[in-house]
Amino acid sequence: MPLSVGCTARPGKARGNRTGAWRTFKPDFKHDKCTKCGQCILICPEGCVEQREDEYYYPDLTYCKGCGLCAEECPAEDVEMRKEEK
Amino acid sequence: MLKITEGSFAVADAVRLSRPGVIAAYPITPQTHIVERLAEMVADGELESEYITVESEFSALSACLGASAAGSRTYSATTSQGLALMYEVCFNVAGMRLPILMTIANRAMSAPLSIWNDQQDSISLRDSGWIQFYAEDNQEATDLHFIGYRAIEDHRVLLPAMVCFDGYILTHTYEPVDIPTEEEVNGYLPPFKPYQRLDAADPISFGMYATPEYYMEFRYEIDQAMQRANEVIIQAGKEFGEHFGREYGSLVESYRMDDADTALVAMGSVCGTIKDAIDELRSEGKKVGLVRLRTYRPFPTMELKKALDGVSRVAVLDRNISLGSKGAVGLEVKDALYGSGIVVLDYIVGLGGRDIRKKDIAAITALVVQGKGDMFYGLRTEVL
Repeated sequence: MPLSVGCTARPGKARGNRTGAWRTFKPDFKHDKCTKCGQCILICPEGCVEQREDEYYYPDLTYCKGCGLCAEECPAEDVEMRKEEK
Repeated sequence: MLKITEGSFAVADAVRLSRPGVIAAYPITPQTHIVERLAEMVADGELESEYITVESEFSALSACLGASAAGSRTYSATTSQGLALMYEVCFNVAGMRLPILMTIANRAMSAPLSIWNDQQDSISLRDSGWIQFYAEDNQEATDLHFIGYRAIEDHRVLLPAMVCFDGYILTHTYEPVDIPTEEEVNGYLPPFKPYQRLDAADPISFGMYATPEYYMEFRYEIDQAMQRANEVIIQAGKEFGEHFGREYGSLVESYRMDDADTALVAMGSVCGTIKDAIDELRSEGKKVGLVRLRTYRPFPTMELKKALDGVSRVAVLDRNISLGSKGAVGLEVKDALYGSGIVVLDYIVGLGGRDIRKKDIAAITALVVQGKGDMFYGLRTEVL
């Protein structure tokens, strides 16, 4: 995205803020011990976890800030936070 | 037509002729006469501007910021503590690339309280992204308002500017000033064409946030605009000369620099005194000249180097002090001449309204020849 003079911006939606750039730790959804309970989709403050056709849950890394709440709350301990090198 | 007038009234006339849509200012000594006169002009119907009365300088510049973003030519004036109160807004105006013009009636900073002249107030905002002009006399202060608006509204620049002139020494002095006619100014200064503006039908926000991936590039763009301003100001000054017969085609002015081996560098009204002192020193056979800076930001490094080419030593007179280091002009000159072999020594002078006399200029010239400098000049050691 080229810079705008004076850092101006048009009205937009939160979708325009690609908050994935803030992340230090990345959630790894292993789909190993997962019981498909859906706690992760409920707890995610960014609302960026989705359930796909295989019924497993996946984070959208474009928006995931790496807060780690999904890993903290997962009853099956299926989500691991890993340091992300950029 | 030449008119005997006070510096502040000449500046008010220049502002009237520049046709700002919005003026917002708060009175403070020694700037007061400028904004009083402008308020009179608006009240008397001589000037069709929106004059916003505010409760502080922070609000004054904030109102100007909004008005400029809405697409209006905008003006303010302040000094010293008032400018300090604008500090935060100053950076925002520059970052939003709003070409607001503001007159600074240069005054010392508190504490201790001083209403008298030095240049610490504007110098302390050197890093804010505002262009800074320094006038030697009231004619130049008047003319720099027209040149200033013309240069900063150019879409290659889009930066705010301060026209600085010395408090009392210029603001309260009556001298002949050529005030041009409306027709003459309209022929030189076209109406403001904003690059972009606030519009309810097509909304935008100014100065949004930039993440670490973008912030440095925004700062780089402001610096690039400042570099481009060098050329745009020179061009605006040359064209001013074609319209009005007074030439400002350079960011530095050289006085008796041919064959000079010692040069003085300074900004503002003290340069008038320096020129008289140089005439006397020249008549004694001393090869002394003056290089006067008309802009401090952008700093005219290339022009200054060229003007000082061939001298053996330079004495910089600083009406400010970057406490814990040196005078702000001295540091710049030392940087510009680094590696040239020219000796550059800095002298802190005239703080808080102390007079700088011809004999002081002669004494400083003698000191730089002896290699003594980087010091406060003229301290009253008996009170220390």
